[in-house]
Amino acid sequence: MTNSVSNERWLRVRSALWKRPWARATLLLSPPLAWFLLVYIASLLVLLITAFWQVNPFTSNIERIWSLGNLQTIFTTPAYLSIIGKTVGMAAAVTVTDAVVAVPFAYFMARIAAPRTRTALFVAILLPLWASYLAKVYSWLLIFTNNGFLDWTLGLVGIGKSNLIYTNAAVFIVFCYLWLPYMIIPVYSAFERVPASLIEASQDLGGRTWRTTRRVLLPLALPGIVAGSIFTFSLTLGDYITPLLVGGTSANFMGNVIYTNIGIANNVPFAAAMALVPIVIMGIYLLGARALGAFEAI
Amino acid sequence: MIEVPTPGQPAAAGSQSSQQAPAVYVAGLRKSYGDVTALNSVELAVAAGEFFTLLGPSGSGKTTLLRLIAGFERPDAGTIELTGADVTGTPPHARDVNTVFQDYALFPHMTVAENIEYGLRVKRVPKQERNQQVAQALEMVRLPGLGGRKPSQLSGGQRQRVALARAIVNRPQVLLLDEPLGALDLKLRQEMQLELLRVQREVGITFIYVTHDQEEALTMSDRIAVMSNGGIEQIGTPVEVYEHPRTPFVAGFIGVSNLIERDGDQITVRPEKITLLTGHDQAPPGTHVEGGQVTDVIYVGVLTRYVVALDAGGELVVSRQNADDSGATVTKGNQVRVAWRAAQAFTIPR
Repeated sequence: MTNSVSNERWLRVRSALWKRPWARATLLLSPPLAWFLLVYIASLLVLLITAFWQVNPFTSNIERIWSLGNLQTIFTTPAYLSIIGKTVGMAAAVTVTDAVVAVPFAYFMARIAAPRTRTALFVAILLPLWASYLAKVYSWLLIFTNNGFLDWTLGLVGIGKSNLIYTNAAVFIVFCYLWLPYMIIPVYSAFERVPASLIEASQDLGGRTWRTTRRVLLPLALPGIVAGSIFTFSLTLGDYITPLLVGGTSANFMGNVIYTNIGIANNVPFAAAMALVPIVIMGIYLLGARALGAFEAI
Repeated sequence: MIEVPTPGQPAAAGSQSSQQAPAVYVAGLRKSYGDVTALNSVELAVAAGEFFTLLGPSGSGKTTLLRLIAGFERPDAGTIELTGADVTGTPPHARDVNTVFQDYALFPHMTVAENIEYGLRVKRVPKQERNQQVAQALEMVRLPGLGGRKPSQLSGGQRQRVALARAIVNRPQVLLLDEPLGALDLKLRQEMQLELLRVQREVGITFIYVTHDQEEALTMSDRIAVMSNGGIEQIGTPVEVYEHPRTPFVAGFIGVSNLIERDGDQITVRPEKITLLTGHDQAPPGTHVEGGQVTDVIYVGVLTRYVVALDAGGELVVSRQNADDSGATVTKGNQVRVAWRAAQAFTIPR
């Protein structure tokens, strides 16, 4: 008797859930959603709040008084503005370079390469992603360093020294190398999704290679390029280790400012305020990317 | 009846001058993919203004032949000529042919009007003229005013029409259509068949039409090339290929396969040409009569098909109109006689 009553109760719960899909979704999503809110949103909120606090210059204690002082310092100090400009410029340069390299490469992979070649290229692209970030940057350090691999090779052909180590050029090259796979993969999948008949249709209607590329292929691959650029742009914007290792003392990017303010300067509120800058830049970037349909391509 | 044009002796089709070379002429055309031979030494001549159909099952090489004419594939051997000019080595963008693709291949990021004017822009037609021609093309396919839509906002039938408009707006010498109605449901397909015929007559462009649907081929074509295993089995008018199939394959693929062997010859009789006799029915005078047993009865609305196992060996399908119910009902297992006039039976050449 009691058994059938409890069965009936269960049935009622089930049909109540069946009738309300949103209730089922809530039940399914609430644990990960709670985690997401706690870890990501809450820490972002803490960051946001901290950015409006101050550090007492004498005691180095954090004073919980609301103030726009940190942001004001950032936007009125020419050095900080130039660092922001330099970081965004670097991110843009890395993004454009990676896109220029990735588009023909991804096109070759998606449309020309035989299946076996394609697999080999995939492994070549993905393999570095499984290696440690630090190991990769250090190996570039070995390449660029004085009398390193690059200088040795140049010496063999009689060119002399590169003097690349501890320059922005070195930082740029390492960034381009590090983030290239993140550009190639979405561009590849965008190319792969373009039906072969569309390219044939363009040729059939009289379009030569250039027109077919410009009018049909690139517009259809654009969401993939924008999706890839989200990675290359944001990863460059926030990175401080590569500039630290191969850029040396001359390399000052937003990430380095945040890093020194947390560590040496012990000014966490200022670091938080500085961290808001790339977040806001990425927010604007993502809005633009959404308008270009990048989120369907990820 | 339309003459079968042969090279050196071009056909006189419609009002075209008899001196004109065929719109499309291919000879010795061969194409294989790895070990698979898709096309084996095909020769074909299509007259200007003709509605020519390549009919065959999948894998028969019809689409390969079409793609070779369009230039999307390179032949292993053989030549392709368009109105007398050799285009075998010409890339697709330089050939005066256009294709209506099976999946329509409309550019999804362009509007309907931008799709249609694509070929005109390549030819650098001035904008005003372009707009006018696009409007005309939309009118022709009965989609006036839809130029601003994106292909994703159109139904399957509308997309089909846009694909057609995008091709014919260029006024090519030859229009290639690769199973263009394959994705449409039956009713829409029948409607579009008539539309295609109307458009073809209006513009007078040579159509080469690929289909596996024998009914579609019979309804629409001036001539049909029946293909199988990479070769052409028979070329002829719909009446010729239906009434006088030259090979067992053609007899089987077009219509119901009604092949029996008598005195060492393969004979085919179309189901509707056979009279079904029951009880003491008199056989019509001058007919050949055989006895048999009904093994299956299939009701298909306008007619009923009876499968009859003949006493002399073999099996024939007999169809009878369901015009009235005066005829005695025949059911499975009944003993019957079948009769046909000798002229209706066709011996397939060995």
